[in-house]
Amino acid sequence: MSLALKALKKSPWVFHVNTGACNNCDIEILDALTPRYDVERFGILLVGSIRHADVLLISGPVTKACLPRLKRLYEAAPKPVKVIVFGACGCRCGIFRDGYNVVGPVDKYIPVDAYIPGCPPKPETIIAGVVKVLGTL
Amino acid sequence: MEAASYLFSYLIFPGLLFSAVVGLLTTWVDRKVTARVQWRVGPPWYQPFADMVKLLGKEIVVPAGARRTGFLLMPLVGLAAATLASTILWRVNLDPSSSFIGDTIVVLYVLTIPAIAMILGASASGNPLGILGASREMKLLFAYELPLVIAVLTTVYKVGSFSLESIIQHQAQEGIMLGSVSGVIAFIVTIFCMQAKLTFIPFDIPEAETELAGGSHIEYSGGALAIVKLNMAMMFFVLPIFLITIFWGGIAFTGWRILTSILKYVAIVVIVVLIKNTNPRVRIDQAVRFFWGPMFALSIIAMILAALGY
Repeated sequence: MSLALKALKKSPWVFHVNTGACNNCDIEILDALTPRYDVERFGILLVGSIRHADVLLISGPVTKACLPRLKRLYEAAPKPVKVIVFGACGCRCGIFRDGYNVVGPVDKYIPVDAYIPGCPPKPETIIAGVVKVLGTL
Repeated sequence: MEAASYLFSYLIFPGLLFSAVVGLLTTWVDRKVTARVQWRVGPPWYQPFADMVKLLGKEIVVPAGARRTGFLLMPLVGLAAATLASTILWRVNLDPSSSFIGDTIVVLYVLTIPAIAMILGASASGNPLGILGASREMKLLFAYELPLVIAVLTTVYKVGSFSLESIIQHQAQEGIMLGSVSGVIAFIVTIFCMQAKLTFIPFDIPEAETELAGGSHIEYSGGALAIVKLNMAMMFFVLPIFLITIFWGGIAFTGWRILTSILKYVAIVVIVVLIKNTNPRVRIDQAVRFFWGPMFALSIIAMILAALGY
């Protein structure tokens, strides 16, 4: 394993993308970043700019309006970048499957490294998912 | 031979390598103290180094609307300036005879270059948020430079010389600047100016993570971002040393003074981190009003007290 990959495992910076989620998953993501779970122990930080991101954390089924943005965000991220889909909607469109504006799921459009199902998943599950993705590196 | 010695002190000790390593360790202290204040465990000690190595291994994206040369060159200019300031300060502290006339002015001047480089780099990025960050950084620069220079001039007035050597020796013979009323006031002003120079909360207006998503370094990625982060880490290392040199008797590596030097440094770092953790971000107009109002008045009072001999 190269040194850069080893370092990447020690400091994954997360960028949060909402592609039309109902906001329930986003609240759980914020919960995972609170002092109670303290993900900075593992070097995980939430970054504001896509250029700083190592991991895209995507929540929500992909809506028509969000699709071009999702593709552009994936192109704008400096590689190597890992993609984690969060919540039942992101994995298989969930309860929005029959929605008139839903064109998802996410893995139809960009390569996905890990799925975290649940409606919404617990913060512990997010941490477990990130750990699994890092294990595949 | 002399050229080799200069090159060694610029690139290895006390220049680039040394100040980069200690600066990164200082950012770890910052993150750890922040975590403890928020009742968390915080990152391990090697976290800043892991961040650096990771960023160096990533792709550098140059945005389509950016001016390539200026965008990629400016972090390096800032890094060179921070290294130069660190080298001058440490050489004077370790060996006072290496001082030259007016090196206080040179250090003050060189310490503004990283901010200017950041302004130019962000303007070259072609990102509207980056340009907004650059404009705020410029306003902040105008705001804090005035009280900072006047506060440093208090010491210069008392010593009667612009050279760092005489400032250190004057303090060794007649007591540190912090022992006098004017010195304490000027020191407080300088702490706030340092907070703004480091763009730490409450003056992180140019970066504003939640508002401008990184502001002046929004478009930097990979190795370029690593240099920007290193630049900030080195400024976090240089500015406390500058303050200690001007107001607190300098640093030395002989006998007991090793311990007191480290304690002085850690004390200033912890003050900065605690201010950072107990304040919200202010708006840019509030920041300018703060520096041109109360801070400017305080620095003028310090100057008058120094002239009266307090």
